[in-house]
Amino acid sequence: MTNDEARQLIRTVLRQVAPEADLDDVGGGETLQEALDLDSIDFLNFVAGLHQQTGLAIPERDYPELSTLEGCVAYLTSAA
Amino acid sequence: MPSLGADMDAGTVVRWLVKPGDDVRRGDVVAVIDTEKATIEAEIFESGVVEELVVHEGERVPVGTVLARLGTPSVAPPPSKRRARPEPALVTAPAAVATGAPAAPAPPPRLAPAAHSPVVRHLAEQLGVDLARCHGTGPGGAITRADVERAARPRAGEAPARRRAARRAGAAAVTPGRPAQAPSQPPGPRRPVSPYARRLAAELGVDLGAVRGTGPEGSIVAHDVQLAAAEAAAAGREDLTAPPGETPARAPAAAAARPEQPDAERQAALRRAIGALMARSKREIPHYYLSTTIDVGAALGWLEQANLDRAVPERLVLPVLLLKATARAVAKVPEMNGFFVDGAFVPSEAVHVGVAVSLRTGGVIAPAIHDVARLSADELMGKLRDLVGRARAGALRSSEMSDPTITVTNLGDLGVEAVFGVIYPPQVALVGFGRATERPVARDGLLGVRPCVTATLSADHRASDGHRGGRFLAEIDRLLQEPETL
Repeated sequence: MTNDEARQLIRTVLRQVAPEADLDDVGGGETLQEALDLDSIDFLNFVAGLHQQTGLAIPERDYPELSTLEGCVAYLTSAA
Repeated sequence: MPSLGADMDAGTVVRWLVKPGDDVRRGDVVAVIDTEKATIEAEIFESGVVEELVVHEGERVPVGTVLARLGTPSVAPPPSKRRARPEPALVTAPAAVATGAPAAPAPPPRLAPAAHSPVVRHLAEQLGVDLARCHGTGPGGAITRADVERAARPRAGEAPARRRAARRAGAAAVTPGRPAQAPSQPPGPRRPVSPYARRLAAELGVDLGAVRGTGPEGSIVAHDVQLAAAEAAAAGREDLTAPPGETPARAPAAAAARPEQPDAERQAALRRAIGALMARSKREIPHYYLSTTIDVGAALGWLEQANLDRAVPERLVLPVLLLKATARAVAKVPEMNGFFVDGAFVPSEAVHVGVAVSLRTGGVIAPAIHDVARLSADELMGKLRDLVGRARAGALRSSEMSDPTITVTNLGDLGVEAVFGVIYPPQVALVGFGRATERPVARDGLLGVRPCVTATLSADHRASDGHRGGRFLAEIDRLLQEPETL
């Protein structure tokens, strides 16, 4: 998966999880949960969305890598 | 009109999902009702045949108003089943619909007489009202003073309905050929649409008239709308779509009013409703507050193990264990679970936990998950995800709104260490969980670092004292040390 594809995918999934959230407000290094006000259920839905779109298992121990936008992009480009 | 929360005085019937002649079963969603706080799917609590829709779509009526009349069920449920209902509190769901047929069997007892508050019993005796035949609009279907007073003057209560019926008859007479109920019936066969589907259709610009329904009895569910939108997009066809916000062919003006109400206005109404309820809580409830720190190392460790075997969508989150522990702890300290109504605490046998869900556009709503203590962790997780999703999509059900017996707020999920909540009247307790953080903990003379959560309790001094409240928090702590038993 290319950098752009990963970004697009993250954007699509986040829009489903938190339709009101504005992704343009999120800095690359900022925590998604804090920047977008995601609670633990939202975050689970986010990871479930990524899993559904990519087929990746995404074990819980990888969650910290997904905490920022840049982290998500890096995770997806290397794994999928 | 059921009472969907202590702060509700009136509601608007946005849409009927049934029509006269329809068979309905207890628990069916029969109407969509709009309150200041949310759009709610109203469930019926008795089975039967719809005889008459008394209140029209778009009408705003006070709580306790008869919405529709229900006749004897065409197939009576087996009596043994009725008696065997394990959950008296569920039988007492708020009365949305009055049994109108004189031949209808007497309704099953709603509450054990002892469960009515003394004030209500006394008033009923004075006014000669049979409580068994009284519609409870209070929490969990409890009969309030207002219900008894209403029952005591049936003529006054029924007159408007009769007048309305007469008016309709008159209108039919002067405009021959036009069915009396024309104004409330959209043209063409009417298929029920779930509120979420309707909202989705407005967002995606899908004309509901052109959508094939795959839900029960051809009703249109969210999936159908998504499918229609996808088909339209794929084919590049224009004819399936309509401008967003427009719902041609099915829109008595009043029914469409809800989605068109400006967001700002809705926001303001929601804020007013929350403000009024919280002001009432602080005015009436003598709160006391307790706090304790709970080591959640065992709970988190158990979750980690449990989630190893689970695919992403099935994974459990800490709030599931916190909810479960709270619901189970109630068994030891029942004074935390129930309602304070008409001057007395009425404990609830069932434990329906209200879950405070923050709405992204502002505001908070606390619908209930029913019988939390009896659900497995997986079931509870499914219900929690579903509830949070529906709360934010504006598709909650009436039973969820009307009967939480205790509330849990998990604000800490988003950052703070401790939350001291305001009790939702007429409930008597609210449990708050802060964020799980690593903290230094001294144990057996050694200092270690452990993940901890600050649990708080706001409770009603009219129902319990700090000592019992402390027992309650200690019990939650104890249960969280044995997550495998939850």
